[in-house]
Amino acid sequence: MGSVAAMQLELPTSLAAPDTAPARLRVDNVSLRYRTPSGSTFSALENVSFEVPDQQFAVIVGPSGCGKSSLLYLTAGLAEPSDGEIYVGGAKVDGPGADRGMVFQSYTLFPWLTVRENIEFGLKRKRIAAAERKEIVDFYLNEVGLNNFADNYPKQLSGGMMQRVAIARALANDPQILLMDEPFGALDSQTRMQMQQLLLRIWEHSKKTVVFVTHDIDEAVLLGDRVYVMGARPGRIKEILDVPIERPRTMDMVMEPDFIRMKRQILGLLHDDLQEAH
Amino acid sequence: MATQKSWVQRCLTPKVDLPHKLTLAAGALCWIVVFGLWAILSYGAMVPSMFLPTPGDVISAGVRLASDGTLGKHVFASVEVVVIGFVVSSLVAVPLGLLMGSFRIVQAVLEPLVNFIRYLPVTSFVPLFILWIGIGLEQRVTVIIFGVFFQQLVMIADVSKGISKDLLNASYTLGASRRDVVMHVLGPASLPGVLDTLRVTMGWAWTYLVVAELVAASSGLGYISLKAMRGFQVDVIFLAIAIIGLLGLMTDQLFRILRLKVASWAQ
Ligand SMILES: Nc1ncnc2c1ncn2[C@@H]1O[C@H](COP(=O)(O)OP(=O)(O)OP(=O)(O)O)[C@@H](O)[C@H]1O
Ligand SMILES: [Mg+2]
Repeated sequence: MGSVAAMQLELPTSLAAPDTAPARLRVDNVSLRYRTPSGSTFSALENVSFEVPDQQFAVIVGPSGCGKSSLLYLTAGLAEPSDGEIYVGGAKVDGPGADRGMVFQSYTLFPWLTVRENIEFGLKRKRIAAAERKEIVDFYLNEVGLNNFADNYPKQLSGGMMQRVAIARALANDPQILLMDEPFGALDSQTRMQMQQLLLRIWEHSKKTVVFVTHDIDEAVLLGDRVYVMGARPGRIKEILDVPIERPRTMDMVMEPDFIRMKRQILGLLHDDLQEAH
Repeated sequence: MATQKSWVQRCLTPKVDLPHKLTLAAGALCWIVVFGLWAILSYGAMVPSMFLPTPGDVISAGVRLASDGTLGKHVFASVEVVVIGFVVSSLVAVPLGLLMGSFRIVQAVLEPLVNFIRYLPVTSFVPLFILWIGIGLEQRVTVIIFGVFFQQLVMIADVSKGISKDLLNASYTLGASRRDVVMHVLGPASLPGVLDTLRVTMGWAWTYLVVAELVAASSGLGYISLKAMRGFQVDVIFLAIAIIGLLGLMTDQLFRILRLKVASWAQ
């Protein structure tokens, strides 16, 4: 018993996931082209392929407009790739579904529902009984520290609180994978740091597979097991980097040499891309 | 404290809030000025009483007509026309408008025609309605419906167009079906905007009342003002106008309170 626990402590999750296990998310040669108003086609993503193992915290960074959001929308099934396929848990993505939860950059709580009712939304769609619903909602309210706000309406909440509810709402559905599109992008830096801590803590508990989009390099290194660096024009994965920093992660780690080295490496990759653009 | 602006400065700065009492006083003052002018012009006999009644005349006309029951009858007739017309119009315009704003195909079908019709003056259709429908209640109701329906349709379509796509996307990722999205997202999300539209168009319904009762009506506030015009009873015309205004104000407040009650979650 003791040795198993010790092993889990020693191994970072990215290594703990054996290579033979099927990936939770597999993006297979995906391209996405938009037709522009002038009639030509614009290639937002070109031949993107990568995998995210189960229980991994994957972070996607890249310059603005490189197709990060598009990639998440495709995975969520809210848009269709022009070419290629996406598999989540071995099943091909064909339209949106509750198995892929998403947290958006904009505030997307239902303003006519209380915090509790917002978190309940997906559970009601699944016709889960009221008693069980209450249990699940209470658990996630506690996870995001909003027990005292269960009966408040979104307009009474701060931006950080709203995103906490959005995270709870997505997790309450127990999705296979949690997609997060710059969820803290609109928050001030103080709140942002609190949210990162909160997310890390929740993730340690749930060990959900997460795909997290950001353009904040600190955030990427702090949160991720792996960082997928994207380039623009056309949108593609340039480099996949493992983050060699142990968990649990804390704010103090941003000063460690490993952390700073990692940041410099990502910055270099993004910088190359800027140079190419000019 | 030292930087506290004076009332005058506050009044002259855009978008600065004023104390509730001051805004009430300002509103009351405007009424007092209008009534004062009216009183001076009428009691001072500056305008012949044939054209401008005194406030007292209007009140006594009201008492006179109310006591023999005719006023109640005419008010009821008018309320009936406006309410039936408004309710029938809203019952169709609200769901259809929501569909028009959310489903591109409905929009594509309806929009060109609706945008043509809604700029046509209602009055120009009155002869046609009389020819087709006759001169009963149905004709008057039709005028109200024609006056508000197309406006409601376009305004409500705009309400549902304004609902953020991400709100729909979020509900899809939570496992909502298309039906769920219509019933549990588009519906409630558009409620405040729908109520606002109803409030505004209810006011418009009242403004079409006299047009509706202009021809061949035998009761209603528009009818008594027309009759009063022929008999030079300018006090009755004033009375009818005042009552239409008051009824309009009442329905407006009703919708305002309803909006606060059922959509308090909106800003
Ligand atoms: N509906 C659309 N039609 C045409 N082009 C689009 C459409 N949606 C996105 N694009 C383009 O596709 C590219 C990728 O967009 P996307 O939103 O995925 O980028 P992003 O990496 O999320 O950017 P950001 O960091 O600004 O959020 C952008 O250049 C954008 O202009
Ligand atoms: Mg984006």
